[in-house]
Order: sequence, then C-alpha cells, then structure tokens
Amino acid sequence: MAAGSDTLVRFQGVEKSYDGVRFAVRHLDLDIARGEFLTLLGPSGSGKTTTLMMLAGFEQPTAGEILLEGRPIARLPPHKRGIGVVFQSYALFPHMTVGENVGFPLSVRGIGRAERDRRVARALDMVRLPDYGARRPSQLSGGQQQRVALARALVFEPPLVLLDEPLGALDKQLREEMQLEIRHIHERLGVTMVYVTHDQSEALTMSDRIAVFRDGAIRQLDTPQALYERPADAFVAGFVGENNRLAGRVAERDGDMAAIVLADGRRLWARRADAGAEGSPAILSVRPERIAVAAAAADDLGENALAATVAEVIYLGDHVRVRLSLADGAEITAKRPASAAMAGLVPGAAVAVAWQPEHAVAFAP
Amino acid sequence: MAHVAAIETGKAAAALMRRARKAGHGPKISAALLVAPLLLFVLIAFAAPIGSMLMRGVADPEVAPVLPRTLAALQGWNGTALPDEPAFAALVEDLRTARAAGTLPLAAGRLNHDTAGLRTTLVASGRRLAAPFEGSAREAVLRADAAWGNVETWGAIARARGPYTDFFLLAALDLKRDAAGTILPVAEEQAVFRIVFVRSFWIAGMVTVITLLAGYPLAALIATARPAVAAVLLFAVLLPFWTSLLVRTASWMVLLAREGVVNHALVALGIFGAPQQLLFNRFAVVIAMVHILLPFMVLPLYAVMRQIPPLHLRAAASLGAHPAAAFRRVWLPQTLPGIGAGCLMVFIQALGFYITPALLGGGADQMLPYFIGFYANQTVNWGLAAALSLILLAATVLIVGLYGRLVGFSAVRTS
Repeated sequence: MAAGSDTLVRFQGVEKSYDGVRFAVRHLDLDIARGEFLTLLGPSGSGKTTTLMMLAGFEQPTAGEILLEGRPIARLPPHKRGIGVVFQSYALFPHMTVGENVGFPLSVRGIGRAERDRRVARALDMVRLPDYGARRPSQLSGGQQQRVALARALVFEPPLVLLDEPLGALDKQLREEMQLEIRHIHERLGVTMVYVTHDQSEALTMSDRIAVFRDGAIRQLDTPQALYERPADAFVAGFVGENNRLAGRVAERDGDMAAIVLADGRRLWARRADAGAEGSPAILSVRPERIAVAAAAADDLGENALAATVAEVIYLGDHVRVRLSLADGAEITAKRPASAAMAGLVPGAAVAVAWQPEHAVAFAP
Repeated sequence: MAHVAAIETGKAAAALMRRARKAGHGPKISAALLVAPLLLFVLIAFAAPIGSMLMRGVADPEVAPVLPRTLAALQGWNGTALPDEPAFAALVEDLRTARAAGTLPLAAGRLNHDTAGLRTTLVASGRRLAAPFEGSAREAVLRADAAWGNVETWGAIARARGPYTDFFLLAALDLKRDAAGTILPVAEEQAVFRIVFVRSFWIAGMVTVITLLAGYPLAALIATARPAVAAVLLFAVLLPFWTSLLVRTASWMVLLAREGVVNHALVALGIFGAPQQLLFNRFAVVIAMVHILLPFMVLPLYAVMRQIPPLHLRAAASLGAHPAAAFRRVWLPQTLPGIGAGCLMVFIQALGFYITPALLGGGADQMLPYFIGFYANQTVNWGLAAALSLILLAATVLIVGLYGRLVGFSAVRTS
C-alpha cells in the first residue's frame, strides 16, 4: 500500500476507446500493490468497469500496457491470465451443482478428483456453505449464490481477484454483511482484490485504497480516510460522502489555507485544495457533521461563522439533521448527535453555524 | 371434554374443507364449461376419425356376414388338413346366398388382401356352384376351383373370422399366420415393410442429424447477434413457413431438374461435364427435407440459447477454460434441452413425410406414409393402411416416451 511496496499490477498509459472518438479510459497509470484491497469507485460510465474488464482480459486497451507481476498481459486471452473474476449476476453455471461450479477452474486445470474435492470443500467452508456442494445454484438465495461465485473465483488460488459490483443485486442488509465477509476473506487469504462499485459507503467500508474515476480518468487515489477528509477536488468531495457547498471567490491565500469571500461579503477560511489564484471563483465545501449550530445573535458571530435560520429538523435516532437557510438563500445541512441537539432547535429559529477552518476545503469549481 | 372438543374441532375443520372445496369448484366448473366446446370439437373432428381409422387396422368385419355357415363349420378346425364335407357344403350354401344377395365381392376383396387370387376363386366358384349338382359338395367345390384343395385357402377364410384380427398388423411387419395359426415370415419377395420402416427411420435420422449440424451454428449466430441482425436472420429462417410444403418441394424440382439452376451452375463451374440426374434420388429427398424442417430445429435451439447469459462464457474464460472447453462444458450442456426438442420435432415430422419423397425421390426412397397412401387410395386395403399408421404412431409414441424418460419434458424451455 505504501509507495515502493511490491507491485502486482501496473497500468502504463492505458487508453481505451470503443468508437475511436470518445475515451472510455484515458491515459491510466495505476499501480496495484500485492495484497491490497483496491476499489475503483465512480459513477456509471466513468471507466471503472472498462478498467476492470481490461485487467480481466475481456477488453483490449487501444494503447498502453498492463503488467501482471512484471509480465505484459494486455494481449493475453482471459483464460491464460489466471485472474479470478466475480460478476454482479454471479454467472454460476446452472447445469452444474455448487460443488461442480467451484471445482470447474480446478478441473479445467487438470487437477485430479481427490485434490479437487478437498479444495472445493475448503473453499465452500471459507464462504460458510460447507454442506451445499450437492445443491443446484437455483436452490440458493442471492447471497449464497454470490458466496459460491466468490469461492469459485478463489479456489484456484489466483494472485488477483476482480469483483465487478458483486453485491449490487443484494438487499441492503445482506450487502453490508457480505461487505464484511469479503473483507475478512481478503484479510485471511492475503489475496489482492480489485473491487468495482458505484456505492461510496461500500468503498469506504472495504478498501485499503480507493481510486475515484470520472470521465475515464482517476481523479484521486487515496486511503478512505484521506479521500473523505482531504478530497482533491469538488467532484471527489461530492461523490464520497455528503458535503455542503458555498460559492465564493478566493480573497487571500496563506500557505495551505485560503480565505473565501461569499456573495454577501463574509470571509471564511478553508484548507486550499485545487482552488485557484486570488480573485478566481471557488467552492467551499464542509461536511455536515463538522458544522456546529449555536443559538447566537448574528452580530456576535465569531470567525468562520454564518447566520442562518432553521428550516427543518429531522430526527434520526442517533443524530439529527438540521436543514438551514443562509441569509443569501443558500441551504446547508448540519448533522448533530441527538444528545447534543439543543432545545431551541425548531423551524424558524435564528442560529449561528460555524466550523473549524481546517474542516472546510476550498475547490476550484 | 377434550374428546368432545376434538370432535367439534374436527367438525369445524370438515365444514371449512367443504366450504373451501365449494369455493374452489365454482371457477373450475366454469372453466371446464368454457373449454367444453373446443374439447368436443377436437374429439369429433380429430380424435374420433383417427381412432376409427386406426380401428380398421385391427377390425375384420367383411367376411363373417358373407360366409357365416362356412365359418361355423370351420370352428375347431386345426388347419393341418382340408376340412370335412360339412364345411364344403356350408361353403356352397354361403356362396349361393351371397351371390344372390350380391355381397360376395365384399368378402372376395378382403380375402384377396390375404392371398392374391382369392377374389377370382371366390367369384368364379360362386358362379360355377350356383347351379344344383349331384354328389358330394367337396368334389363339386374342388371341381369349381382347384384352390379349394389348398389348406391355406381355408386358412384365409378362418383367419378372416373377425371381429378383430392381427392379420394387418402382422402383414405390416412382413409376418403372416399359416392355416394352423403359427406366425411365419412372409416370402422374401413379398417382404417390403420392414425395409420401408428401416428406410424411413434411416432417412428421418439422417435428416435430423444434418438439420442439427446446420441449425446449431445458425441458432447460435441468431442468439448472439445484435437485435437488428437477429431479427433479419430470424425472418429469413421463418420465411419458408409462409409458403406451402408443396410449393417448397416443387421449387426443389425446378432447382434440381436436368435443365435446372443447379445443373447449369455445376456445368458452368466445370465440376460436371454434362448435366447430372439430381432428382428422384435419396440426395434430393434429404436436401429438400432438411430445408423444410430446418426452422423446427432452429427455433427451439434459438429459444434455449437466448436464455444463456453471454456472461457464462466470460466467467468460464476467467476461470481458466479455453474457448473450446468453455463451449463444450458450459454452453453446449445448457443447449441440450433445445437439441432434444429440435431433434424430436424434426425426427417425428420427418418420419411422416409424404409429398417430398413422393415428388423428389425414386422408388427406393419412398417412406412409410407413401405406402399408407398407396394402400388407402390405390388398392383400397384400408386395413393394411391403418395397420401401417398404427405402427408408425406406436414408433412415434415410443420415441417421444423415450425422450421424456431420458431428457424430460420439463427441460424443454420455450419462448
């Protein structure tokens, strides 16, 4: 994970275009470390699935090279790559039993019956379906089918396993359960996993590193925490987690920090991400949970504070969400622990909102 | 108390069950009434005629009313030697009565199916024995026609006693009974049907295999093509359905004729020096049957193939399977229900082909239905025609049953 550690996969200037006009993936350089759990995160059409399919061998890059353990594989057919793939729709073979499905990669490799049975049993144990070998896939629930698909992709001990939105077809509760299960299998086996999803919370839960894709390029590649706390640009901030955005201009720059002047003249300090030079337009982004709400008169506001009116209070058990209208009509949302919510927090109340300068980020729009 | 309560509960449960049954019956009865007219129509227009036709294969009603006394006299006759004087006398009596009533040709026609020449024997004897004569009936009858001195002539009459007979079914299998009732194979020069059965199954099997080999890649192409291309291909496959079987067969006659397109092309390409005889042989029959039956193979295959997610081949490849192995172990097994359904449909239809072999084939390419037609229309031997139909039907049922046993009908996916 750290720079300089053992690299398993390297994308070198990889490009992919289906029609020769638009890029599905434009100039991708990416190193995947051995043993890491890397998530490719992005909206649909951002190039994350195309990247995965090029790695699996189902798509050929139009330019560049992909190295697996230092070996170029861009022209290698998928069946010679030895990479496990788990698909969203499971792709279990309906005419085979669960055991035959899991044994399939072993039997095409010519591994004998006894050895095969042993490894199939071990793989099914690992996904907690030890007694399901004789059943048909159609007799299994969606979650069980995906576990079988996972066992099948792992049973031949590939160095790399690709997962293409494997939990997309499952309901929320099962999905969260499976997220942890896949995560635990990854920790136990030490296999490298590349995971594609458009669900940012899934990416945050599971990953060692996350690559955020947009328009065929990686916008940011970082640990979940860094991605959340220090998004590189406005898109990443918006795609990973919730954020409030306030439009303004860069008034002053001081090292890592920048002062943003809003339309009504108030100055707010923030960490500077990719915000431009003084005078250029900027967006100030603050996470809802970083916003403090206080019953204060508008004239004795401190630094980095704004006057606001409570528009709506939504009680969510462990926390409350407070929707606030600013003086200029903009809306922001604050998220407060339910225990810390103050008594006067009712619609129409005049309050002050404030946050630490280092919890706000200034982006170029 | 508990006992009483249990009885009460039991009563309540029974009442509930009655109500449930009643509630469930209403819709069932009205549904049955709704389909009743159709069911009746099918019974009257379809099942009944076929049933009565097939009955003719085992029914034997013609001789008994015409020769009742002879048959009574032959009761208990063992068929090893000529019958006694009473049988001859009874025959004379019967022939006279039948001749007067004009019913003799009926029996004569039926007996002629059994042994050729018996029609003449019966009609001529009837004429010659009409006048009164002196002395033993036996001598008079033998004088009238020497065939009465043959045990088998009497055997034919005894066999045609009715009301049911296995004579036609045996004949359809190239078997017959002698006067003593022993089943024997017919003379070699008369044995035709077993060869025809074998030939029918051979041609149908050959057509099925060729149709499968041609239809499988075509169905796979349609199932995996882009929707627009698939629609055009499917249209092309279905196009032959819109013309009649006769027209399609006739068009093959035009194509394969001595002065036809195929011959011209072959000569022009220098493959043959002179036009060849392409018609009236096995080749013409098989190629036309394959053409006509191809849609029945392609459609079930296509229906099954369309259901196989393309992702399966990708999954197989990612698991290390060479494309050939992926096809053999993942794609092919999933198309087996389609192969089974397609082969079944083509084979059964091919067994019943009539027009195509009749028009395009030579004498040695005629299939069973041709002989059914021949006996029904030409010789008016409906009994034999029905027996041949019955055996064809039995063979078909056997194949369908075998298919159901080996593959199972639930595996046949349609739509």
